[in-house]
Amino acid sequence: MNIHEYQAKALFEKFGVAVPKGAAAQKASDFEAAVAPLDGKGGIMVKSQIHAGGRGKGVFTDGFKGGVKFAPTKEKALELAKAMLGNTLVTAQTGPEGRKVQTIYFTEAANLGKRPDGRDDEYYLAILLDRATSRPVIVASTEGGVEIEKVAHDTPERIFKVHVDPAVGLQAYQARQIAFALGFSGELHKQCVALVAKLYAFFWEKDCSMVEVNPMLVTAEGRLLALDAKVSFDDNALFRHPDVVALRDLNEEDAKEIEASKFGLSYIALDGNIACLVNGAGLAMSTMDIIQHFGGSPANFLDVGGGASKEQVSAAFKIILGDPNVKGILVNIFGGIMDCNVIATGIVEAVKETGLKLPLVVRLEGNNVEAGKATLAASGLTIVSGDSMADAARKIVGLVTK
Amino acid sequence: MSILVKEDTRVLVQGITGDFGARHARLSIDYGSQIVAGVTPGKGGQTFEHGGKKVPIFNTVADAARQTGATVSAIFVPPPFAADAILECVDADLDLAVAITEGIPVRDMVRAKRAMQGRRTRLIGPNCPGLVTPGRGDKSHGGCRIGIAPGYIHRRGNVGVVSRSGTLTYEAVWQLTCRGKGQSTCVGIGGDPVNGTSHLDVIRLFNDDPETEAIIMIGEIGGNAEVEAARWIKQHCKKPVAGFIAGATAPAGRRMGHAGAVIGGAEDTAAAKIKIFKECGISVAETPSDMADALLRIWKG
Repeated sequence: MNIHEYQAKALFEKFGVAVPKGAAAQKASDFEAAVAPLDGKGGIMVKSQIHAGGRGKGVFTDGFKGGVKFAPTKEKALELAKAMLGNTLVTAQTGPEGRKVQTIYFTEAANLGKRPDGRDDEYYLAILLDRATSRPVIVASTEGGVEIEKVAHDTPERIFKVHVDPAVGLQAYQARQIAFALGFSGELHKQCVALVAKLYAFFWEKDCSMVEVNPMLVTAEGRLLALDAKVSFDDNALFRHPDVVALRDLNEEDAKEIEASKFGLSYIALDGNIACLVNGAGLAMSTMDIIQHFGGSPANFLDVGGGASKEQVSAAFKIILGDPNVKGILVNIFGGIMDCNVIATGIVEAVKETGLKLPLVVRLEGNNVEAGKATLAASGLTIVSGDSMADAARKIVGLVTK
Repeated sequence: MSILVKEDTRVLVQGITGDFGARHARLSIDYGSQIVAGVTPGKGGQTFEHGGKKVPIFNTVADAARQTGATVSAIFVPPPFAADAILECVDADLDLAVAITEGIPVRDMVRAKRAMQGRRTRLIGPNCPGLVTPGRGDKSHGGCRIGIAPGYIHRRGNVGVVSRSGTLTYEAVWQLTCRGKGQSTCVGIGGDPVNGTSHLDVIRLFNDDPETEAIIMIGEIGGNAEVEAARWIKQHCKKPVAGFIAGATAPAGRRMGHAGAVIGGAEDTAAAKIKIFKECGISVAETPSDMADALLRIWKG
């Protein structure tokens, strides 16, 4: 689960991680009250809140440029915020349809410190799971405010990593290693050690999947601040964090994916035109692949789970058909344990219920498969049967591209 | 031989009184597996009955192991309690804990895996279909089925199968069985980012197992476990290996059902893994329909 920057920073503050002072507002009528307590002398940053990166370089669909902007005065900040609110922001990560901005975050603009070479004094700090070691890893870099992937590619020696032993947690020497690696001394060294320890405590206690601060910066006054904050949580652990669940913003999620999750279905919309309905994540992924292999384009990932019920199959059909791009459906079920006939009955009912007119190819394999095929054949519906995954994929691609 | 479990391996089931655990305990008993104990805290002394068989239920894994000689546990415990269930197996010095449970918090698994270091117990999973060593009876009856895989699709033979995915494993197994090629052991290592046994761990076991003559390795996007295994295969594996990677069409950054199936960089895409498979001499299945044939192109059995 992802949260907004303003929510992440509120959590940071609870854990003692310093952030620029700020306030968020969802309505234009609340903007003035949000800005009022901020010190506007150094200017105000006006930040669109959407769950996607690249906001600063983003462009709104009405042509307004920049989802994150500096305002020299509070008046200007209100003006910029009004231009952003309700407007749709397109960034490198949103796709061409963009994301509607429903919250504006105002922060005091930090007075950036400078390095001897004149560059802004910005750093990178993140904590995430390292799959290779099954341990949390803290990633730090002297190169902040740019894409870390680019740093990793161009100047890997400027990336520093510390793995944390979960048996004992983050040790003080490890936080010091990071502070030294980033070149801090004196008071800033102390601030960095404290910030790393607090950020790790947050990551661990709240079951985060990832915490990223890019940039972390030193102000001209010598303060270390988390200027941006990107946080995601482990969905599996949400049951023990009701405070985190309360931060979920359904506006940022695909309506069909939300609907699917209510039925225990795992659905992800893609941009093709052949929908698929499959049991098991690995088989669902490879069904998408085989559609593409035979020249088609998958409209979605949909895993109905290992023990799909009739109700789930019916819900799955409705969700699939909610996508106007869909021109055909491929059902691929390996019913190892579950009864193929139950699935077949579910398919027939769903087709009748939805009045399906699109081509439908069904590939059933496994337990009681003959009865399942007989049910499909006896239904009087035009359901094409596929003998293998390859056969079924070839048939649906043929029917859709005909 | 086979790997990890044999026909006579004695198995206990944690969570045998829950719907999910009970259902699959019954299916394993029907398959002829040696389900010798159940564990449900607070229900010790009761029995689980199926098909004329009475399986004693114990309060703790240690009691169950001591009194029945069980060496392997199948874990069907709900996610909030599953890491605890795994560590209980470790404490009881079982040979193997097979965690079927999907949805265990990553933090719990990070801690559990750390606590298992240096201990006797091996973990398979979590979020996995389990493993099957097929039997020699009709439709492979009499084998050791631990977890949720359909037993009847198997056939005893000489191909080892390792995969992260359940249904994709069944697909490969069924393709083999339909072509008259049996399996030594089929292992589902699970779709989570932190798991107990890797592709490479299983490949090493297959390499050392005299009954296993050839291997199918099935992977997916995310992480570098398949790449690690492929590089080892190139250097050390004495047996022909066919491979498949799911997720060629998956968009970057999205989790495709499995918690671990997410593209995080340039190295963990399907295309990158397939390229490395080919470089390492693995026969790559072009489609999931082609898994058994990809093996049969390099191994005549």
